[in-house]
Amino acid sequence: MRIDKDLVAASASPLVLGLLAEGETYGYALLQRVREVSRGELEWADGMLYPLLHRLERQGWVVAEWRTPPGERRRKYYAITDGGRAALVEQRRQWGAVVRALEGAWPAAASPAAGGPALGTA
Amino acid sequence: MAHVTEPGGGAPGRADGELEVRVAQWRAHVGRSPAVSPGDVDELESHLRDQLDDLRAAGLTDDEAFLVAVRRLGAVDALSAEYAREHGDRLWKQLVLAPPGAGAGRRRLRRAVLLAVGAALAVQVLRLLGGTLGEVVVAGLAPVVTLPFLAALVGAGREDGERLGARWLVVTAPFVAGAALVLLPPWAEGSSTQVLVALHLPVVLWAAVGYALVGGRWRSPSARMDVVRATGEWVVYYALIALGGGVLVGATVLLLAPLGDDVVEQVLLWLVPSGAAGAVVVAAWLVEAKQSVVENMAPVLTAVFTPLFAVVLTASATVYALTGLAADFDRDLLLGFDLLLLVVLGLVLYALSAQRPDRRPGATDVVQLVAVVAALVLDALVLVALLGRVGDLGLTPNRVAALGLNGVLLVDLLVAAALAAGFLVGRVRADRLARWQTSYLPVLVAWAALVVLVLPPVFGYR
Repeated sequence: MRIDKDLVAASASPLVLGLLAEGETYGYALLQRVREVSRGELEWADGMLYPLLHRLERQGWVVAEWRTPPGERRRKYYAITDGGRAALVEQRRQWGAVVRALEGAWPAAASPAAGGPALGTA
Repeated sequence: MAHVTEPGGGAPGRADGELEVRVAQWRAHVGRSPAVSPGDVDELESHLRDQLDDLRAAGLTDDEAFLVAVRRLGAVDALSAEYAREHGDRLWKQLVLAPPGAGAGRRRLRRAVLLAVGAALAVQVLRLLGGTLGEVVVAGLAPVVTLPFLAALVGAGREDGERLGARWLVVTAPFVAGAALVLLPPWAEGSSTQVLVALHLPVVLWAAVGYALVGGRWRSPSARMDVVRATGEWVVYYALIALGGGVLVGATVLLLAPLGDDVVEQVLLWLVPSGAAGAVVVAAWLVEAKQSVVENMAPVLTAVFTPLFAVVLTASATVYALTGLAADFDRDLLLGFDLLLLVVLGLVLYALSAQRPDRRPGATDVVQLVAVVAALVLDALVLVALLGRVGDLGLTPNRVAALGLNGVLLVDLLVAAALAAGFLVGRVRADRLARWQTSYLPVLVAWAALVVLVLPPVFGYR
């Protein structure tokens, strides 16, 4: 299933914040996690992640640092800030409201198997 | 020295030539948009390399892996557009001089001004206290007291946020050692090793500044190329500031002349050394802050001066090859030759730093090869003449230093000429030339360190 481009864009920042709340990481690993949690259904051009991360950084929701762990290549690591956690809570609340509204508007019988519930936990 | 790590700094990447060239091309392509900063390109490159490693581990060939990895990152145009949306301010980089609304930029400027004042004062302290030490010691100490301010500027508060930390010790050590090596030895009266130390020490200190500039990543060829580029631009800015300074000094002398020579001399004693020392820091700040201004000058400057130097070198090589060098070969001439050779080397390096790794051979490469070959001939002539003198008159500190420098340059020029010729006939890739020069830089620094450390005691500080 292909998810509509606008939906992908809208969910990108809560998704990234949520994954960063698990612990700090770098872009490539973050995208692997996005694929995992979305079961490959959210497709981004990988490069687009970085302008997004830079925006989150500008908003003060994440902090970034170049680091070279022993035996690995030099990478830029991102970690969520307290402000980012607060933003994540707020976004979860909003998404929850959207999902509840949609579930109320759509008869349960017509609901497809996948997709819907996953949104509630994102 | 042959073992080098990749620009990404990672252990897994190998020098898989073909793939490296394609990554370098891709870097150049992505970095062309003003919205994508060099730091962003680094980040994208480390992503690309992670992806490449995974794909190759999954059994794809280099070619396939590269295509897939680049495709996954997204079309470069769309990517730059996305960066431009988030970093719109960068698009103005080339249009306005002051970085817009940059608190960080202003802080850097304040730091640069403070450090420049510090360097200017340090030089005056040295001048006032150094009266008893003798001219050569003061000349030797001048870079020791001014360049730390430069290292402090380029090493601290770097844009990519990587801190030098304990590696500051590596930066500081040459300065401490340099001061000790200038001050402590029991120099003989009119010692020539003392002069040699004063001449070679700045090279070692410059390497320490370069180490600070690239955050200690001196093993990476691209980081070393950054040092070359920064040095070239620094020279351009310093020359411009020196020109302006010359005008200022001239005007000052004219204005103050009625007050008498003593006043003029005092003013100049304060103005000239302090200005020269402060400009060292200011030029480095300009390199960093106004990068895009000079960025575009490197190709122009090298295109103008390489042919001129090629002509001068070819003419002198021809003349000396016909008339012989031994007759009127003295120390000043040798110094002139070595300066000329170093300038040629600098030009070649500077030209390489501005060239894209995927370019095709052109007329400039022919001119450059002519310049290098002429320099090679001159260098060989100098070496022969030097060896002749050593045979007749024995070894002196000056002859050892000259022999070593010319030998080191000869090897460099030989390989550079061979590679440039190979590149012209299409047997050598463009990036090999740059790679050779950047891997050879430590040899030059090592030779300078050797002269500073070993030569004086060997010759009994004469």
